[in-house]
Amino acid sequence: MFEIFGIPSQALFGQLLIGLINGSFYALLSLGLAVIFGMLNIINFAHGAQYMMGAFAAYLLLQYLGLNYWVALIIVPVLIGATGIVVERLFLQYVRKLDHVYGLILTFGLALMIEGFFRNYFGSSGEPYQVPNLLLGGQNLGFMYLPTYRAWVIVFSAIVCFATWFAIERTRLGSYLRAATENPALVRAFGINVPRMVMLTYGFGVALAALAGVMAAPIYNVSPQMGSDIIIVVFAVVVIGGMGSILGAILTGFALGIIEGLTKVFFPEASNTVIFVIMAIVLLVRPAGLFGRTA
Amino acid sequence: MRVVAGLVIALGALLTGAAQAQSPIPVKIGVLTDMSSLYADDTGPGSVAAAELAIQDFDPAAHNMKVDLVSADHQNKADVGASIARQWYDVDHVDMIVDVPNSAVALAVSDVTREKNKVFLVSGAASSDLTGPKCSPNTIHWTYDTWMLAHGTGKAIVQTGGKTWFFITADYAFGHALERDTTAVVVANGGKVVGHVNVPLNTQDFSSYLLQAQASKAQIIGLANAGGDTINSIKQGAEFGIVKGGQHFAGLLVFIPDVQALGLQAAQGLIDTEPFYWDMNAGTRAWTKRWQVKRPGKFPSEIQAGVYSATLHYLKAVAALKSAADGKAVVAEMKKIPTDDPLFGKGLVRADGRTIHPAYLFQVKSPAESKYPGDDYILKATIPADQAFRPMSEDNCPLVNASK
Repeated sequence: MFEIFGIPSQALFGQLLIGLINGSFYALLSLGLAVIFGMLNIINFAHGAQYMMGAFAAYLLLQYLGLNYWVALIIVPVLIGATGIVVERLFLQYVRKLDHVYGLILTFGLALMIEGFFRNYFGSSGEPYQVPNLLLGGQNLGFMYLPTYRAWVIVFSAIVCFATWFAIERTRLGSYLRAATENPALVRAFGINVPRMVMLTYGFGVALAALAGVMAAPIYNVSPQMGSDIIIVVFAVVVIGGMGSILGAILTGFALGIIEGLTKVFFPEASNTVIFVIMAIVLLVRPAGLFGRTA
Repeated sequence: MRVVAGLVIALGALLTGAAQAQSPIPVKIGVLTDMSSLYADDTGPGSVAAAELAIQDFDPAAHNMKVDLVSADHQNKADVGASIARQWYDVDHVDMIVDVPNSAVALAVSDVTREKNKVFLVSGAASSDLTGPKCSPNTIHWTYDTWMLAHGTGKAIVQTGGKTWFFITADYAFGHALERDTTAVVVANGGKVVGHVNVPLNTQDFSSYLLQAQASKAQIIGLANAGGDTINSIKQGAEFGIVKGGQHFAGLLVFIPDVQALGLQAAQGLIDTEPFYWDMNAGTRAWTKRWQVKRPGKFPSEIQAGVYSATLHYLKAVAALKSAADGKAVVAEMKKIPTDDPLFGKGLVRADGRTIHPAYLFQVKSPAESKYPGDDYILKATIPADQAFRPMSEDNCPLVNASK
């Protein structure tokens, strides 16, 4: 077994893969944020809370209705996406046209309220959620033991990310969406219901967060603060990728997962700061982010 | 008319005088804790409930005392904790602060307390430095500490064959103290530490660290962390086949709410040292029932029980002195009278500020062994009070050296 910088290659390959898995979550979450920011101009600070709601919804469905992981994977994004639509109708449609700060503060407040609500009912230690039977166990890859569930996470999130990118950048519906962000008045003149489209886009962004929540439930502890732990990192990912850039969010998500994974081997104490250091450097060199267009 | 007015004034003066003579001794207690993050279920609102029960059981009116209770969230930040403590002591007239999980915050609050000559009763924090090099005449460390954990759990595991260790350590005062104390025990009993990794507090994903532990081939993976960090380590360890691969976890600090959150399926077999378990005897069960009125569906942790016991003992000392004003005097009084309550039994507070009581070695039950909710532990061994905690001769506490 050869060594790289004093670290056995076995450990290094393992860490790269682990980084890719964490990157999948960053990519899924930052994708939702990028879609919402790109189309609605809202900095959705409630995204972490919506991710947490997704995980809790999966737990509650299993606990009280006996609905398993696979059902939750379909139902939960719809349910939580619907709550997103309610939020958009009640609040966001009014602050959308104002300065970013209003949307940010509103969604941040919402996030705190949602988290407080869940903490009050479920406490902070969280609830157990098992890996679905079909995905139990794992494979010995020679350089590491890869749990089947983690492999599923990489594959599934890559598919979701690609599908979303394709829908927005390469389909007719996506082109309406992008046009509506550029010039809503003109798009309306063509007979397209822009407010409804915006509403559904927010719902979709929230559904992506909820989907990530369901996928996280068997790995991380389903706890009220799981969202606030990850959201700050995800925001950094979005900023590095370039606000509103779909492709940027996806690629940066995976890349930063890997960088963070490597930090955990070479200098673990810095693993929760490395992403912010990169963010600071990127902002200095390219203020619009790696993939962002300068306005 | 003048006479009447004079009489009224005289009467008024008399009445106030009488009222002053009988005015109860004011005592204000602050529960400074983690209300919202990874330690909130082990401490938090449950600690507040325990302090309320202590005040109720003490019956302040019968001792001509008036006891108020306040609480706050320190957010696991030493600076936030210290500034709340300052505000409480300077502005809000708080006499005693209790609980304070997170050793970094507790060490900061201990300094503020000493400066203001108030009282600090630690139940939540674990670092044995609080009664070692950082001991203070204003601080008492109540429930447990890292030395107790290391010598309870650590020793038991090394003696049953777990000779090589890898530590996953929470990267702050507590984790470092726990790793240091456990390493000493492992080495003293013929074991060896083959590696360690420092992990930032409140980490979600432990897979990277678990892989490093796996690669080390150590027999035992020592978890020098607590709360949500321990839960995530064990949960993800199961996923990566740690136990199936022949390695074992040593949860050096496990609380019953953590076991509940993990579920017995994932937690079974864990060895754990605690001075309190809700299902120990009739006294602890009766107390738990009363506590559960305030915290339905939950089970009290050793920390929460410690908050009850410490608060009760404090109030007894204040009643004996008839004043809570001089913090050092109150702590001295607390060291003078023996401790006695239904949760920890009889014990004492040593000169270095360490409370002494027995500790128990438990093992987490399997789902089949558990008969009712909260039936989580099997008692494996009892560590007598005089062996459960670090002897004062090894303390390096300046207070003890000064009194020699």
